[in-house]
Amino acid sequence: MKVNNDNMSKEIFELRLYIAGQTPKSITALNNITRYCKEHLEGKYTIEIIDLLKTPQLAEGDQIFAIPTLVRKVPEPIRKIIGDLSNEERVLVGLNIRPVKSAD
Amino acid sequence: MKTEQPGLFPKTPTGIDGLDEITFGGIPKGRPTLICGSAGCGKSLFGLQFLERGITRYNEPGVLISFEESKKDIAQNVQSLGINTEELIASNKLRIDYVRVDRAEIEETGEYDLEGIFIRLNYAIESIGAKRVVLDTIESLFGGIENTAILRAEIRRLFQWIKDKGITAIVTGERGEKTLTRQGLEEYVSDCVILLDFRVVNQIATRRLRIVKYRGSTHGTNEYPFLIDEQGISVLPITSLKLNHTVSTEIVSTGIPALDKHFQKGGIPRGSSLLLTGSAGTAKTILASFFAASSCQRGEATLYFSFEESADQLVRNMKSVGLDLMPFVKSGKLLIHSSRPSLQGLELHLLMLHKLIDQHNPRTVIIDPISSLLNVGIISEVSDMLVRLIDTLKIKGINAFFTSLTHLTGGVEKDRTVDAVSSLADVWIRVENEMQDKHRLRGLQIIKVRGMGHPIDLQKFKITDHGVQFVGRKKKSASRKR
Repeated sequence: MKVNNDNMSKEIFELRLYIAGQTPKSITALNNITRYCKEHLEGKYTIEIIDLLKTPQLAEGDQIFAIPTLVRKVPEPIRKIIGDLSNEERVLVGLNIRPVKSAD
Repeated sequence: MKTEQPGLFPKTPTGIDGLDEITFGGIPKGRPTLICGSAGCGKSLFGLQFLERGITRYNEPGVLISFEESKKDIAQNVQSLGINTEELIASNKLRIDYVRVDRAEIEETGEYDLEGIFIRLNYAIESIGAKRVVLDTIESLFGGIENTAILRAEIRRLFQWIKDKGITAIVTGERGEKTLTRQGLEEYVSDCVILLDFRVVNQIATRRLRIVKYRGSTHGTNEYPFLIDEQGISVLPITSLKLNHTVSTEIVSTGIPALDKHFQKGGIPRGSSLLLTGSAGTAKTILASFFAASSCQRGEATLYFSFEESADQLVRNMKSVGLDLMPFVKSGKLLIHSSRPSLQGLELHLLMLHKLIDQHNPRTVIIDPISSLLNVGIISEVSDMLVRLIDTLKIKGINAFFTSLTHLTGGVEKDRTVDAVSSLADVWIRVENEMQDKHRLRGLQIIKVRGMGHPIDLQKFKITDHGVQFVGRKKKSASRKR
């Protein structure tokens, strides 16, 4: 199990991924965020997937305009990352997650 | 109002007064229309009014996607214009979705699209069965989204989607330096583009509207003045100057029996326009008031535009010559509208006239004096306006009475209003004051009457506390014209 002091706080990352159907971009985004979380936030995160094709009324609340959009609900303040999350560094900076150093 | 012309695109009436006449029926049905203009030109209001009129007049629910202002701000902005957005929302006729894009809280990485906006718009449309949509203003997204290539492609897709759905949409855009809109939205909206303009000429703000483009439809190409007041936007269509109004054979009184006698038929034809010119203190307003009173006595609604006196002043002053206007004011037959000419631009006055004429439906309109309007406009504009006004009144068969203040220079009236109006007026009467043995003598001369004989010499008259009296009638028999 990886240990990271900065992410040791008891705070749980509550993430929401907004998608609109199983599009390639959405699937890529889901795969990416799951991978980053396993690597850097193991045991300290939840990812809720919201498919706006099924629940369009939820788009207004989180001010969603782009698909896919990842929203960090907790910890506050709210942060949003739009796109397929392919750039790991930008995602981590955007969510303010201190990356776990790979063994060096 | 004309509706769509055969063989052309179907149209959706905007419900904005005047605009549907210029466009011969409205904006393209089931397509987006671009409304562009600089900040404060009235774009947002235009959009909201399109929705509100759609709901109240045509039973077409509408959706506003606002990119700039929250629901609460919008509600406040339009409250003063008599639009209650909360009520419309509560009755499921209107939906407002505020799309806020805050660059500070957004990071971009990798591929994305703007499907979120499509979903929100679609959800809003489906939830109330909307037929009309306003996007105000989608260009704001350029401030919040880094990847403009995606944004442009998605905006293009959005407009196509709106077309495919058959929704009549208004898209607003901020005016650019050299282009109609900052981000070149006119490239994507190709069917109809309307430009709103707000400028200050001679320290008077004027709003103008121009239809830049309307594919497959005839439309007026002029700049049309428009007004924003407590009833929202109204555009002043310049009525086509066709001389096809029906002419009445009925004769109406000038309000002064002694003056009526000078006309061969005992008065002037109904629906004619009468011009009364004279220098200061020649009893123009008194004659105008008598004319108004006689109209009221016939039980007809009368509209008196006073540019120099307030309503109270006018009523009080007329009492001193034995004319009591108060009962007519109280009964609602006489509406005195007084305003300072310099308070508004020329077309605003004209619009105000049109609106009051529409509301009050008068049979007689008095403008006292029409020369005041010269102070607020350029001469060509003034004469255009007068032509339009006279034309409108003629079409409606309204008796028009214009006074005009003139300055005598070498015995000839050199005056621009006179130049502009006298040829259009059916009746032209001139009043003057003459000094004789330390007495001031009032004189009145009928210069022209269309289709009727009249004396051409000067008639002396005086103003007493019982009204107007003609004195020392001259040899009238010899001087009949025609």
